[in-house]
Amino acid sequence: MAPASSSTHSAVTLNINGEKYPLSVDHRTTLLDALRERLDLTGTKKGCDQGQCGACTVLIDGRRAVSCLHLAVAAEGREITTIEGMAEGDRLHPVQQAFLDLDGYQCGYCTPGQICSAVAVIEEHAAGWPSAVTDDVRPEAGPPPLTADEIRERMSGNLCRCGAYVSIVQAVARAAEAHEETAKEASA
Amino acid sequence: MREFDYRRAPDVAGAVALLAADPDARFLGGGTNLVDLMKTGVERPALLVDVRELPLDRIESTDDGGLRIGATVTNSDLAAHPEVRRRYPALTQAVLAGASGQLRNMATVGGNLLQRTRCGYFTDVAGPCNKRVPGSGCPAVEGEHHNHAVLGASDHCVAVHPSDMGVALTAFDAVVSYETADGPGALPLADLYLPVGDTPHRETALPSGALITGVTLPPAPVAARSRYRKVRERASYAFAIGSVAAALDVRDGVVRDARLALGAVASRPWRARAAEAVLSGAPAVGDTFAAAADAELAAARPLPDNGYKVTLMRNLVVAVLTELAEEAAR
Repeated sequence: MAPASSSTHSAVTLNINGEKYPLSVDHRTTLLDALRERLDLTGTKKGCDQGQCGACTVLIDGRRAVSCLHLAVAAEGREITTIEGMAEGDRLHPVQQAFLDLDGYQCGYCTPGQICSAVAVIEEHAAGWPSAVTDDVRPEAGPPPLTADEIRERMSGNLCRCGAYVSIVQAVARAAEAHEETAKEASA
Repeated sequence: MREFDYRRAPDVAGAVALLAADPDARFLGGGTNLVDLMKTGVERPALLVDVRELPLDRIESTDDGGLRIGATVTNSDLAAHPEVRRRYPALTQAVLAGASGQLRNMATVGGNLLQRTRCGYFTDVAGPCNKRVPGSGCPAVEGEHHNHAVLGASDHCVAVHPSDMGVALTAFDAVVSYETADGPGALPLADLYLPVGDTPHRETALPSGALITGVTLPPAPVAARSRYRKVRERASYAFAIGSVAAALDVRDGVVRDARLALGAVASRPWRARAAEAVLSGAPAVGDTFAAAADAELAAARPLPDNGYKVTLMRNLVVAVLTELAEEAAR
């Protein structure tokens, strides 16, 4: 049993989906391995383990990140949201519901990462962020419409080996529309 | 992975002091490159000094009309910043052309400039590489080099610098600020990366243990009309096989000012000064743009399998400058 803190281990408290998890971690432990192997939060998936596939995507302080390249010790003090934290009780997150309704998956392995990423994509777009396929990035041009091309570019960090991309794009588009409607109703 | 100690730096001076105390220490920013290299054993630090929480996360206008960008600003925040998008749109485009949304949220400006090459021989610890193990040889020269350098390389190393952001920053004369145990300093980005020569393992002119604290962009009205174009082997989320950052100021059909930098062609973002010299004062027409590209690429020394890059870069330079000139004429 490793000591709680030493030159190679640290006692940390991870804040995940609103719960606090005290833990002694070897500094080499990634957030992904801490979630899966130490905390039994196995919704987050390990694909490539080198930041290239997006299966391990989680939200850190509300922003999407790949947990395979994030050290667990460096995650202390941050708010982590995993796929387990997306639903409100029995009510699925609108993005989860859209993936279900539109078959935005086949085998499902990349799906938790796709959904975490899509939740962030919708927020990023709502905040006016341009993307690599946005024609005019100047702020005066305003936010680009969230077209299929925009969704494909913004979701390009999430690979799907089954090739469910067509329905993934549709699911993200539907969830984004619902998000916009809700925002309009809230401001009306 | 080798076991290592981990500390969060309390402030800039503390970060520099922690690093100075351990020759095997590394600064940790977003970790998107360093953690990956630690997993493969290319990097084996004894101590990580986490600098992500240092108060270097702001983008501010300078008194002379430029921008000062803190070293821990994330790629995402840099790309989304209204003043970057308004004054240096090619910089936003360059950042957005790199990596994925997840990685851009993690990665920092300082770390982007110091990221390592993605040359497959550099990342394969089972084989030789002069950059990783000085004097061990460069298998890329006679091996897999279709995406390697055509400018400024040597027989010792033909790796390319992978940054997109750095290409736009180089075009706009960015200056890198740093802190050391002996005090602060600054370097033009164009001088940050050392010539390859026979020392490819020595990559930057930063003093030992220096922490990049920020990047300053001088005012550049020409940059308001600028563009970054990246060519890669798939439509998104891949490193460049060639890229161009360009800005063009055209009045009455004549080029008044031009900025041009090339990516994925050399060990550093490549400022195309020979091309800029041809452009300045010349008619803003296709022949001028082709002559400018040729002037820069005259120094190209392609390998057997990457000669396509010379043609690609010529076409890319002409295309981007033509688009900018057409935009100016509208």
